[in-house]
Amino acid sequence: MDPSPAAASAVRFRGVSRAFGAVKAVDGVDLDVAAGEFFAMLGPSGSGKTTCLRLIAGFDQPTAGHIEIFGEAVEGAPAYRRPVNTVFQDYALFPHMSVLDNVCYGLMIRGVGKAERRKTGAEALKLVKLVGMEGRKPGELSGGQRQRVALARALVMRPKVLLLDEPLGALDLKLREAMQGELKSLQHALGVTFVFVTHDQGEALSMADRVAVFNHGRIEQVGTPKDIYERPRTRFVADFVGGSNVIEPALVRRWTGLDRPASLRPEKIVLLADGAAAPEGALGIEGRVDEVLFHGAVYRVELTASEAGRLVVSVPASTGEPPSEGAPVRAAFARDALHLMEAE
Amino acid sequence: MTAFAPSPSESALRRLSDLLIARPGLLLMLLLTPPLLWLGVVYLGALFALLAQSFFSIDEFSGTIVYQPTLATYAELLAPANLDIIVRTLVVALVVTALAALVAFPIAYYAARYARGKVKALFYVAVMMPLWSSYLVKVYAWKLLLAKEGAVTWLVHAAGLTRLLDLWLAAPLIGGPSLSVSYTGMVLTFLYLWTPFMILPLQASLERVPATLIEASDDLGAAPGQTFRHVILPLAAPGLIAGSIFTFSLTLGDYIVPQIVGPSSLILGQAVYAQQGNAGNVPLAAAFCVAPIAIMVVFLALARRTGALDAL
Repeated sequence: MDPSPAAASAVRFRGVSRAFGAVKAVDGVDLDVAAGEFFAMLGPSGSGKTTCLRLIAGFDQPTAGHIEIFGEAVEGAPAYRRPVNTVFQDYALFPHMSVLDNVCYGLMIRGVGKAERRKTGAEALKLVKLVGMEGRKPGELSGGQRQRVALARALVMRPKVLLLDEPLGALDLKLREAMQGELKSLQHALGVTFVFVTHDQGEALSMADRVAVFNHGRIEQVGTPKDIYERPRTRFVADFVGGSNVIEPALVRRWTGLDRPASLRPEKIVLLADGAAAPEGALGIEGRVDEVLFHGAVYRVELTASEAGRLVVSVPASTGEPPSEGAPVRAAFARDALHLMEAE
Repeated sequence: MTAFAPSPSESALRRLSDLLIARPGLLLMLLLTPPLLWLGVVYLGALFALLAQSFFSIDEFSGTIVYQPTLATYAELLAPANLDIIVRTLVVALVVTALAALVAFPIAYYAARYARGKVKALFYVAVMMPLWSSYLVKVYAWKLLLAKEGAVTWLVHAAGLTRLLDLWLAAPLIGGPSLSVSYTGMVLTFLYLWTPFMILPLQASLERVPATLIEASDDLGAAPGQTFRHVILPLAAPGLIAGSIFTFSLTLGDYIVPQIVGPSSLILGQAVYAQQGNAGNVPLAAAFCVAPIAIMVVFLALARRTGALDAL
């Protein structure tokens, strides 16, 4: 065990499992969150990411394994003795208290004097841009404002790790994008470790320093957003993060001689005009257009390719009209666009 | 002939329903008039007629009512003997309410936060079932249970705590020759009768406290006791107040239980009963009726000041 706390991970999981009866919500997870990083836990619902967050917070205890927070074992410690704070998905603001009392709640519990905690609380509200709302009740605030109160309430506690459970899930798109930027810069300014749970891969990729992709209670891959996006290790990661095409091992073997599945990003495929030759060294595939969807900057073209099955191609809208539905097409891509994944 | 026109056979009914849909005010009036008549004329009217009686007095010699507005009856109400009755009743009602809250809270908390499915159904049956049996049977059952030779004494004896019971019965006010003729017995009987009326509103209000609020408090460093004081209790207050209104006013108004269980000194309901019955002093009986109303008004005003009624 590492004796120096500075070198310790902010959060460390070793073989952590949480079973609910026969169902393993978390199944043997190893995890290291570095101090000061913005760490996202990404996965579909029921993948175990929220359970992991609850295990860190102390709302739930693991059925097996070992959890440390900054080098200290926390098994058995209740939530109220852990140096972490949570921003809840539904914000969980106390409806009978004013905004300021909500923010000061933890300080009051800690026994901080009234004048001092009001000062700290007011500063926190300034940090989240809610000055002038001190006396309101949570019921009188908009969703975005409530979210900021929840954030301020957790941050005044100066947590060693801030846990965020899908905090942007209930906000509309524009507000969500604005909050993403704010959360990121807040985390940067405070230097607090953020552990962020989300099912939205765009959110995870744009905000996090590192992402852990969860599936069926296990971590499929941990890495930087770029890593995860460009070099998925498994079929699940390729599909869940950014909807990559998965090429079956049989076809990959023909092209590369290796019996492994490969991911092929939709934007790395070009559709060839009639009679145009494929670029030198490119791999080609023939198919028929099933569906064309307009996505603003790009068209998303779905093909049924004779050999590869369903294939999604992203065609920049600036290159002109996309092929029409039902038309036969030829698709080509560079050999190194094919990213080989783990054998299954 | 269009398809929208009603056929002759149903035209009257359809025209009526068309009219009511087009004029919701009329519908509301038709729906509300009968109950408002009942509430306004029969119920409140009778109550005010009764209260008006309290401003008359009784002629000491002839025993007839003097229809002259006077406050003499209220002066009589505040005479030591009558004031005693009011204070005694008030204390009994407060003790019953406090004990009912203590007994009901854990039950309601368990039912609201932990019981699911069959256990929850069982909870409802267990709480409601005593309400299905006759009130008198329950009171007499308690008289027998609490009697000197009753099951409670026997149980206490079996547990080797007879000395404790004797000490309790020897105490002033709460004691007496046996439990069934003591205030302890009376309070226990009331507690048994009214606890369901505390449990149900309390459970309903606890049910509305989201589990994440408790987790949030926990997360912010509050130990379970602190969470209870700062989060659960304030949010359960509307249910606690509603339940208290039931237990408190039911105890204030009851005149059967104190006749059967408890000491011989009267409490409020009995005083009203005695004054308007045997004594024929309707003005004083009416004045006695004002007492619980005044007490309830004060009680509600206090509850309101705590902010507990805002959430209702």
